[in-house]
Amino acid sequence: MQNPWRNAAHLIRPALVFVAGLLVFLLLRQAVVPASFGQYGHYRGAALVEIRNAPAHFAGEAVCAACHPGEAATKAKGKHRTVHCEACHGAAASHAEDPEKHKPARVEIGKLCVRCHEEDAAKPAWFKQVRSREHSGGASCEACHQPHSPQM
Amino acid sequence: MHETIAGVQGFMYPNEVELQWSILIVLYPYITGLVAGAFILASLERVFKVRAVKPTYRLALLTALAFLLVAPLPLQLHLGHPERSLEMYLTPHRSSAMAMFGFVYLWYLMVVLLAEIWLEYRAEIVEWAQRERGAKRFIYRALTLGSMNVSPEARRIDDRVGYVVTLVGIPSAFLLHGYVGFIFGSVKANAWWSTPLMPIVFLFSAMVSGIAAVMLLYMVQCRMQGKAPSMECVDTIAKYLFYVFLIDFSLEMLDLVHRIYEADESFRSLDFMVHTRLWGSQVVVQILLGTCAPLALLALVQLVHMSESWRKKLYWIAGVLTLVGIFAMRWNVVIGGQLFSKSYLGYTTYKLQFAAREGLLTSVGLMLLPFGILWVLVKLLPPWREEQAV
Amino acid sequence: METHVTRRAVLTQGLKLLVLGTAVEGQAGAPKVAPEAGSGYNPRDHLWAMSIDIDRCIGCGNCVRACEVENNVPEGYFRTWVERYEIRGADYEHPHVTSPDGGKNGFAPSADRTLKQFFVPKLCNHCLDSPCVQVCPVGATFDSPDGVVLVDSSYCLGCRYCVQACPYGCRYIHPERQTVDKCSLCYHRITKGLTTACCEACPTQARSLADLKNEADPIHEFLRKNKVQVLKPHMATRSKVYYKDLDGAVR
Repeated sequence: MQNPWRNAAHLIRPALVFVAGLLVFLLLRQAVVPASFGQYGHYRGAALVEIRNAPAHFAGEAVCAACHPGEAATKAKGKHRTVHCEACHGAAASHAEDPEKHKPARVEIGKLCVRCHEEDAAKPAWFKQVRSREHSGGASCEACHQPHSPQM
Repeated sequence: MHETIAGVQGFMYPNEVELQWSILIVLYPYITGLVAGAFILASLERVFKVRAVKPTYRLALLTALAFLLVAPLPLQLHLGHPERSLEMYLTPHRSSAMAMFGFVYLWYLMVVLLAEIWLEYRAEIVEWAQRERGAKRFIYRALTLGSMNVSPEARRIDDRVGYVVTLVGIPSAFLLHGYVGFIFGSVKANAWWSTPLMPIVFLFSAMVSGIAAVMLLYMVQCRMQGKAPSMECVDTIAKYLFYVFLIDFSLEMLDLVHRIYEADESFRSLDFMVHTRLWGSQVVVQILLGTCAPLALLALVQLVHMSESWRKKLYWIAGVLTLVGIFAMRWNVVIGGQLFSKSYLGYTTYKLQFAAREGLLTSVGLMLLPFGILWVLVKLLPPWREEQAV
Repeated sequence: METHVTRRAVLTQGLKLLVLGTAVEGQAGAPKVAPEAGSGYNPRDHLWAMSIDIDRCIGCGNCVRACEVENNVPEGYFRTWVERYEIRGADYEHPHVTSPDGGKNGFAPSADRTLKQFFVPKLCNHCLDSPCVQVCPVGATFDSPDGVVLVDSSYCLGCRYCVQACPYGCRYIHPERQTVDKCSLCYHRITKGLTTACCEACPTQARSLADLKNEADPIHEFLRKNKVQVLKPHMATRSKVYYKDLDGAVR
């Protein structure tokens, strides 16, 4: 007796090709997808660890104060108490780790002070601003103002 | 006062100045649009029984396949890390339209297009597998997938299954290209893209471009065979082109009129952009030359009685203008959406390079490649039926 | 000659394949990397945010420079930047906005006191309903358990969909890595008890890191006492960067 499915049997072949492809895909997935994927959400869990372990370049004021308590105390009493050390002295984490090998760059007083304190109609009124050209008659800011406690 | 950054007018967020998606991302919807459009034309005969377009059935399928095979290439060339593109299949993010699209593409390629072509050509493949020699014999034997059963009953089953595949294929084709529209249309951050009309506009313009492409390719095929094209076929295709184009045009005008009327916060900025940076590509090329002109020509053919030769001339002009116009539409959406700032205060410029990876030369190459593939496919699986000696 | 494929053969072979496939599939999700054990930081105890006081920003650009140093931000791209707004009278439709090199070296001083002028620092808003995370096709950008939107640059394809989806323009493609990059809220610092580089460098403490899950954090009083806005609230991204005294003209 003729198998009634005989004339449709060829349709199995593309179906089998499809299934074979699916199997290859599943095996590939098992082999290639990173192990930590899906740990916390739809991403590589290991990425969180990698991002956390990036090196820091700024040490943070508390670290500076640990070795420089004098300057920190002076600053805490003055108008620059909100200005953290590295805001003027630059990133100093490498200095904190090895103070002799890495020294923070010398602060360029004239350029630095003016960047914040140059008079600008856009700056808020409460903020101390001066017209640098008229203010000091050419003298350096440091001549009259101590940077860590600048009020006169 | 103007920003001193080259090509920038007004204010742009600092990271916005450089365009993210280049001409390759213009090419991609254009190519998938041709695929969807060609397939819909093929389904006109298979499912909707429009007998007149039967001469283009096989050609439309092969055209769809040739373009579908090229479609991933502009994407690969655009990616920062194409070697990681498999990640979209291995760890697809289900909330991302782009990720889900990878599966829509695969589904359409394998289950719809390849299955339909295989079922359509099976009888001849088996015959060629037995008749041909050398490399061609090997290819045909592989394509038979080991089955030589081409009895009338088997062919009847093939025909029935092919019908179901085409039936499933129509919404699949809609999904294939509608999805691309959705990828743009669902970006709420971009006022030029964000509209529910986007997938529909993309889809209808895809159908327009696909139908125009197959119409032209059919006339080319006939010319190469030294035969006259069936005017009943070409006239019918042109009629469908006209009607679908009318719908497409209406949808695009609806979007435009709606924007102008509502005039939300983005309107002034977008309006300025269209009047300046997008004037040539949108108003001149897309609307006037690429839509109004072909519509007028096709309308003329519908209304005025013309000789065969005149009709063919007009179809050629209308077809070419249509293909250019639909490309311009993709350009205006993709590039246009990146020329204005999300602050609505500024504009930038697209610097199209010539010989770079995402440049003009690459794009031209990518547009020519499907024709090369089509040529190979036509050699391997000729769309014309052989004179069967019974 | 045609191989005789019986229904029975197909069923048995098919079932075998299905079982094998499912078993293989089950292995794919098992994590093999241990969580950050012994570090003392539990992400689920924190929900990071930032507060910005517009009236304290002096447009010095310290934050932009500090971020560049801390995170090796490439030239011409910005993880954070400062904009200056100049508004004439009631003309809110056309504020004049500038951000020369992202405000990195401050702004050229303005003398026009007839205009309303102010500075607006911007960064990634680390949205709770972030559209950039939604559109990433592979999971290369994601929401950390402590509310920071991060980028896994060894997984990113560089498709740029997230750059398109961000309403705030805070993402860019790193020119060398060809992957997306953006403000990470100095995740490597805040998980170790430090503050972000931009907050560390801000001389007026206009910018301040906040932990919404910390009951003692000043953010709670900040939110209660002040008129607070987020950028583009109509985008419904649930941004976590809260601006005090943000003017309505800000885009």
